Amino acid sequence: MSKRIKILKTYKIFIDGKFPRTESGRYTQLKKDNIPLANVCLSSKKDIKNAVLSARNAFESWSNKSAYNRSQVLYRIAEMLEGNKNQFLEELILQGVDSKKAILEIDQSIDRIIYFAGWADKINPIFGSVNPVASSHFNFTILEPMGVVAIVAPEDSSLLGLISSIIPVIVSGNTTVSIASEKLPLCAISLAEVISNSDVPNGVVNIVTGEKEELAPHLAQHMDVNALGLNLENKVLKDKMVFEATNNLKRVVDISQYNIQESEFEAPYIVKNFMEAKTTWHPIEKDFTSSNKY
Amino acid sequence: MSSKIKSLKYNGKWDFSPSIESIEDISLKKEYQLFINGQFQKPISKKYFPSINPSNEQQLTKIAHAESKDVDLAVNSARNAFNGHWGKLPAKERAKYIYRIARIIQEKSKELAIVETLDGGKPIRESRDIDIPLAAAHFFYYAGWADKLQYAFPNRTPKPLGVVGQIIPWNFPLMMAAWKIAPALATGNTVVLKPAETTSITALLLAEIIQQAELPPGVVNIITGDGSTGELIVNHPDVNKIAFTGSTKVGKSIMQSISSTTKRSTMELGGKAANIIFEDAPLDQAVEGVINGIYFNQGHVCCAGSRLFVQESVYELVLRKLKDRMQSLVVGNPLDKNTDIGAINSKEQLSTINKYIDLGVKEGADIFQLNCELPNGGYWCPPTLFTNVSQSHSIANEEIFGPVLAVQTFRTTQEVINKANNTPFGLSAGVWTDKGSKAFNLASKLKAGVIWANTYNKFDPTSPFGGYKESGHGREGGLHGLSPYLNLE
Repeated sequence: MSKRIKILKTYKIFIDGKFPRTESGRYTQLKKDNIPLANVCLSSKKDIKNAVLSARNAFESWSNKSAYNRSQVLYRIAEMLEGNKNQFLEELILQGVDSKKAILEIDQSIDRIIYFAGWADKINPIFGSVNPVASSHFNFTILEPMGVVAIVAPEDSSLLGLISSIIPVIVSGNTTVSIASEKLPLCAISLAEVISNSDVPNGVVNIVTGEKEELAPHLAQHMDVNALGLNLENKVLKDKMVFEATNNLKRVVDISQYNIQESEFEAPYIVKNFMEAKTTWHPIEKDFTSSNKY
Repeated sequence: MSSKIKSLKYNGKWDFSPSIESIEDISLKKEYQLFINGQFQKPISKKYFPSINPSNEQQLTKIAHAESKDVDLAVNSARNAFNGHWGKLPAKERAKYIYRIARIIQEKSKELAIVETLDGGKPIRESRDIDIPLAAAHFFYYAGWADKLQYAFPNRTPKPLGVVGQIIPWNFPLMMAAWKIAPALATGNTVVLKPAETTSITALLLAEIIQQAELPPGVVNIITGDGSTGELIVNHPDVNKIAFTGSTKVGKSIMQSISSTTKRSTMELGGKAANIIFEDAPLDQAVEGVINGIYFNQGHVCCAGSRLFVQESVYELVLRKLKDRMQSLVVGNPLDKNTDIGAINSKEQLSTINKYIDLGVKEGADIFQLNCELPNGGYWCPPTLFTNVSQSHSIANEEIFGPVLAVQTFRTTQEVINKANNTPFGLSAGVWTDKGSKAFNLASKLKAGVIWANTYNKFDPTSPFGGYKESGHGREGGLHGLSPYLNLE
């Protein structure tokens, strides 16, 4: 019997719940020890525009879902990832992570999703408030998602880093466009496949691959992006993005300030950083004659 | 508004074709054992008591009766689990077990809903759409808290209490079990839970789910029996906290029993909630809310809106709408998806309700009951309302725990606040008005733990629930449901 020929996987990008190739037709060959691993899409400005549009269209319905529902959808991602561990293990090892560390990274990634899933319905009890204003008003502050958040994923933590950048952002109802690690893009696309299988509505997560220096500034300049979540070691590029972000006063969160590898990353402040505070005033009828007896 | 009151005619044309939920896939065991240390064990006394379907009085199964030695075993197993594996487990891992329970409840929701309806008599529509989904949601919600407690209590190191004894009522059997067990586990405690005598089955199905979730042995123990079993849990020296949901009378006696001990407690007791309709309210919506407020779950609801206060100017109109709406309620087989009002949970409860209905008539109120045929066999009570009720009537003061509404009127805001607060209870209240500022005024003046404005009987795991005054102390649900299970010294 002849040896079975393996099917090789095509790594494409993830926009609006679909897996197109980049509209530019460009690619780069990812190699290890001179053996080609995959042809990875070099996305373009047009891909970024499509991704932002998809994220914007997804925002209303995702942010209007109940926190409980979002929490369960994120939990579902963890369930799917748990069942697809082997694929990620293979890819992490292909990309040069030793197997022990790869196993740890996958477990950590799954647990991290569960951790942040739990915050969906707990952020407001912790950070929202009822404000005792002096006048006769019921005054309260709640946190709401910002809108479309553009994420530049860390270079050297291809799975845990990307998950840690996306999950705390979408848990509150934001939608995202992420640029995957340039050197290690394989897990990012496989993660997109898991997400696409997990009841996450189309457009909530968009992931493109390609050259950060080319793509990231497009996100920073885009007038329909509300915030940037950055993991950038390249100081020049980072400064450029922070500068460009001022065009529509995008909020900029430096995700790399939190140590992604450590458990202390697991805190609600990163979720809060991608939310806006909204305060509502409502009059309370004042009735001087009414008593307040026990 | 014309003073001529029109009324709808009901002459049998409103019948629905029956749509009975199939029980073919449900197989109950012949007898149910005690769930202790991760295993189902026969009671040492070998005593069992029957569990009855209240809609036809047929025996569903037999339930083990736990006595002193069984309670010792359960408490010891909970103590060992607390001192052992469970106490040392990282919070993150604890969370995963609780998530598993939530997911398995969701998977089994259909059979749980059917059994809940068979055992308790509540309409399948309610067990399917409310009890079971809320039970799952409660576990899911509290699972997420397990590894986030430090954010709920800044500058404190929250620590579990130890072994908690939990005693729950028969009106929402599985949901009450979830309300009790989920926060206790999330905060790291171990549990001995006793369901109510008439509704033990779904708690034991939950025990099977807990086993399937591979929760370490002893973390949750579920033992069955009557009030005497509950007393043994309350008085057990190695129990650190009692969480009780039930009547104010039993709640007080538990508080007396533990008064000279260091045991902590939460009490979720009776109620006599005011549901207040102002003249500016959206009346159809308000009537819908009043119906849901008192007839939901046959009125077996501690927060039932059993006292209706209607502003005089709209009284006649509201009453007509209310009576019309009552006539469209379907009383009958709880397994029928059309049923609004199922069976009364037990013979005892039916006689309590009937006693109050007789008292209402005797004390001079006017009775109105849904004109409908009641099924043969089983325990039934048609939706009932009383008008011409005064503040001193028993039906306006005491908790009936049945489908009986006492209607009174008021003229001013001040008057209704006084009337509404004139009760030893303080669990909940409802306000119906289109004026937001009035709703918030009432919300601040009413002495109750939960205020529903232009809605009623809404529950959510994120929303704290519990009463003022003789309706108990402590809260269940939300952030406020955590501290009753924690030591924050």
